[in-house]
Amino acid sequence: MARWIALLLMPLLCLAAVAKEAEPASADPVLEARMLRVAAELRCLVCQNQTIADSHSGLAEDLRREVRDQLKRGASDEQVVQYMTDRYGDFVRYRPPFKGTTAVLWIGPIVLLLIGLTVLAIVLRRRTRMAPELFEPDEDELRDGAPAPGGEVSR
Amino acid sequence: MKSLKFVLPLVVFVVLVGFLAVGLKLDPREVPSPLIGKPAPGFALARLDDAGRTIRREDMLGKVWMLNVWASWCVACRDEHPHLVAFARTKTLPIIGLNYKDSRPDGMGWLSRFGDPYDMSLFDQDGRVGIDFGVYGVPETFIIDKQGVIRFKQIGPVTPAIIETRIVPLLKELNG
Repeated sequence: MARWIALLLMPLLCLAAVAKEAEPASADPVLEARMLRVAAELRCLVCQNQTIADSHSGLAEDLRREVRDQLKRGASDEQVVQYMTDRYGDFVRYRPPFKGTTAVLWIGPIVLLLIGLTVLAIVLRRRTRMAPELFEPDEDELRDGAPAPGGEVSR
Repeated sequence: MKSLKFVLPLVVFVVLVGFLAVGLKLDPREVPSPLIGKPAPGFALARLDDAGRTIRREDMLGKVWMLNVWASWCVACRDEHPHLVAFARTKTLPIIGLNYKDSRPDGMGWLSRFGDPYDMSLFDQDGRVGIDFGVYGVPETFIIDKQGVIRFKQIGPVTPAIIETRIVPLLKELNG
């Protein structure tokens, strides 16, 4: 019997090994909030679609500690972001600065939107010039029994 | 005008395929390091095998050297290790290990088990020097020139191909 209980409890042992102690948060909640705000601007390079604030990777924990220490020492938010950029490049910033290498990133979507709007405008303008026979009749026109001239109605 | 209707979608399609083809080949894990061409960050770390001896950045000036970031918990380091051991046998340049976020017994045990290609290893327990070097994926390898400027960075394991095509030519240039 005791053996069976031991067997049943064995999976729990694995859990105990995986579970980790919570990181000691800074005693100062204001500093902690500021640290998380800065960390939310920074990309975790180990798990690239998470911020340093969200990630549980070892590196993210270290970088959070680094951000916390620097803020404690009186660094400004910008100084901390600059510190990270100096080491890991613009890639760590979720809002990269506008410059030559990032121009496509910033302007690209606007250019695509403008192209889309231009195409839409051209198509719509062409359509207004088209003869009404070229279009399928509206449904309420069909109901009223007044099909567009020349339009063939078949169901 | 009529032909444009057929050509234009084709052109758009080809451009799109081009972008996707390039995108497939890019590795998003390889982030270009802003440190290349910049002076290596200053450090003062104790040796892994001797806590009493401190090594500084200044101690390495005047030499072209390799910094290899490793840890006993790092699986990819184990793949890389035989290549480093083989490269170290050629005695091409000093290879300094940066034992990153490890413990002394684990690190020393790992070296005695798999061989020690390093002239010495520095012990970066809390990973602070690693952060200064922009380390995010162990193993990482740096080549630092005589003036203490970082000239090359490899993220992930060094392979014989990388040694041959990237590192050896660079060393010829730096030492020449």
